Amino acid sequence: MNNITPYVGKGAMAVRLVHRIKAMNWGRMAVILTPTLWLAVFFFIPFLVVFKISLAESAIAVPPYSPLFEWNPEEAYATLKITFGNYLFLFESRFYLDAYLSSIRIAAISTFITLVIAFPIAYLIAKSSRTRRTLLLSLVILPFWTSFLLRVYAWMGLLKKNGVVNEFLMGLGITDHPLIMLQTDFAVYVGIVYTYLPFMILPLYTTLEKMDLALLEAAKDLGAKPYQAFFLVTLPLAIPGIVAGCLLVFIPAVGEFVIPALLGGSDTLMIGRVLWDEFFLNRDWPMASAVATVMLIVLVGPIMFIRSRNKQEDAP
Amino acid sequence: MPTSPQIDPSKLNSPASWRDPEAKPFVQIEQISKKFGAFTAVDSVSLDIYKNELFCLLGGSGSGKSTLLRMLAGFDKPTSGRILIDGVDMSNIEPWKRPVNMMFQSYALFPHLSVEANVAFGLRREGVRSQEVKQRVAEMLDMVQLGHLAKRKPFMLSGGQRQRVALARALIKRPKLLLLDEPLGALDKKLREETQFELINLQDELGITFIVVTHDQEEAMTLATRIGVMNQGQIAQIAEPHQVYECPNSRFVAEFIGNVNMFEGTVMSEDSDSVTVHSPDMDNLIKIDKEHATGCAPTQSVCVAIRPEKMRISRDPMDGNTNTTSGIVTDYAYMGSQSIYKVRLHSGKEVRVTLPNAIRDMGDRLTWDDSVYLSWDSESGVVLTS
Repeated sequence: MNNITPYVGKGAMAVRLVHRIKAMNWGRMAVILTPTLWLAVFFFIPFLVVFKISLAESAIAVPPYSPLFEWNPEEAYATLKITFGNYLFLFESRFYLDAYLSSIRIAAISTFITLVIAFPIAYLIAKSSRTRRTLLLSLVILPFWTSFLLRVYAWMGLLKKNGVVNEFLMGLGITDHPLIMLQTDFAVYVGIVYTYLPFMILPLYTTLEKMDLALLEAAKDLGAKPYQAFFLVTLPLAIPGIVAGCLLVFIPAVGEFVIPALLGGSDTLMIGRVLWDEFFLNRDWPMASAVATVMLIVLVGPIMFIRSRNKQEDAP
Repeated sequence: MPTSPQIDPSKLNSPASWRDPEAKPFVQIEQISKKFGAFTAVDSVSLDIYKNELFCLLGGSGSGKSTLLRMLAGFDKPTSGRILIDGVDMSNIEPWKRPVNMMFQSYALFPHLSVEANVAFGLRREGVRSQEVKQRVAEMLDMVQLGHLAKRKPFMLSGGQRQRVALARALIKRPKLLLLDEPLGALDKKLREETQFELINLQDELGITFIVVTHDQEEAMTLATRIGVMNQGQIAQIAEPHQVYECPNSRFVAEFIGNVNMFEGTVMSEDSDSVTVHSPDMDNLIKIDKEHATGCAPTQSVCVAIRPEKMRISRDPMDGNTNTTSGIVTDYAYMGSQSIYKVRLHSGKEVRVTLPNAIRDMGDRLTWDDSVYLSWDSESGVVLTS
């Protein structure tokens, strides 16, 4: 009996294992395939279309660009028509370069301000009691219940010449004439920081919440003053959250269109607005596509760099 | 505190300053209490700890031992009372300024720093020159035999190695007082035993006062110069390990440390060198030497505690009419070095008796359902009044 059982057991187990592997592979495939398909249909194919348009020439036609292939019916051959003129123009013209740089600058500064504001909030939430934590987290997410566009409009009401903020400041006698805040870079920063704050708080909260409080006590025990303990222990351990939060804020902020359009002035140069103008005002689809393609590369580059660095660090 | 005649001072590895009434205590805990809301974690504890002691705070979970340790480190502020270390009042001294270092139960090693950087952390905060930091870290790592792992990150180490890093990190600043919270709790049994002796040797070598918190009575017995048994926020007894075991001062301490047979009874008579107790569980009266029966008077209800290894067991009736009783073996376990018998007395009470297997005699062993007689000496029992 004892001699036979293991064999039966092993056979049955092997069969079960095979089934399991088969079942698992299907399940795994499905899990991996769904996002892959999603990305292919809604990101990769549209990107290829945009890329294709960026290689065409602007034309007064429907659609307003030259076709990629020109079919010659008499001799039965197709001509591939590609131009890099749009890209060349992008790099030759100061205007686009300035727009890119200005977008990156505005996004970087707003990301930094967001980080500075979000860190204490996330820290407070992570260190508060379980019940309070749920309440505070839902307060962070609460603004999402109102449309983003409406909230930006609300800021217009707050920041305009006879808006709430100016009325308040003048009422207190801090200033005797209204401050010009709307249609300045300041308003753009306010808008971006306000809008993207939750995207910074949430990843920061997740990393800070996992941190062992004993580590801070150990640091203090070894002679670190509270601020030293923060910079030597809390901050380095929060780096994954900081990186995630900064990417979540920086990337959409670079391409932001609504906020600079509504809150920014005419001199607020951001690539999102340039893209919009190129597309809808100039109706130069190939140029707009080239701008979009370069923007994507500018944004994906740093992410790839950070990811590859993280991988190197994870490897023991 | 009753002094036991079995003490042999030469067996103790450091001069027993705690037995010298003239000695000045190094750590003075004065009437300290800690309340968390309505819960009292530490309830007006007073305790003196002397230089070079390896003092163990022993107690179950929730007994307040860890809270007391955290107050010594400065992480928790006492609700009332004060702590003096080397004569200095610690009340308003922040954790980072105390001459105290702590080894955490979870070790609390900084996961983003290498072993070397973890150990150097304390020295760097002191502003020690980097050349000296390097040298002292290397020495310390050699002392805990981790020199070859200096560049590793904590997650690449085994449990025992992490424990050593934590110890090295806590010792590098040469604190006057080292606090250890369950220092061996996360190690397996064999490693724990080895490390116990290493800790004792280290403490002896460095001459640092250690306060160890543990729930493991064996650990406390092996490590400590003195043990403070804690129960519900109070100190139940402070004594040297053998005193805590041989002369517990209360039922709680007797039952918490080791196994014990407890008999409830009434004091019958008292003479110049012994006390006689009648217990309904026993066939005969119990006689206890006077020195183990302090603070009791005739007609008083008391408990008599007798350790299992101090009882003799035999098939033949014993001589004398005190300190003997009889019963039936209900359970028997052969443990290699010793055998454990459970004997049911006529009253139905079960008594535990351990017998060292001194002779390799596989013959006429006592076994289940044997009728047996138990006996013990008058110096074996302890009368407990609380």
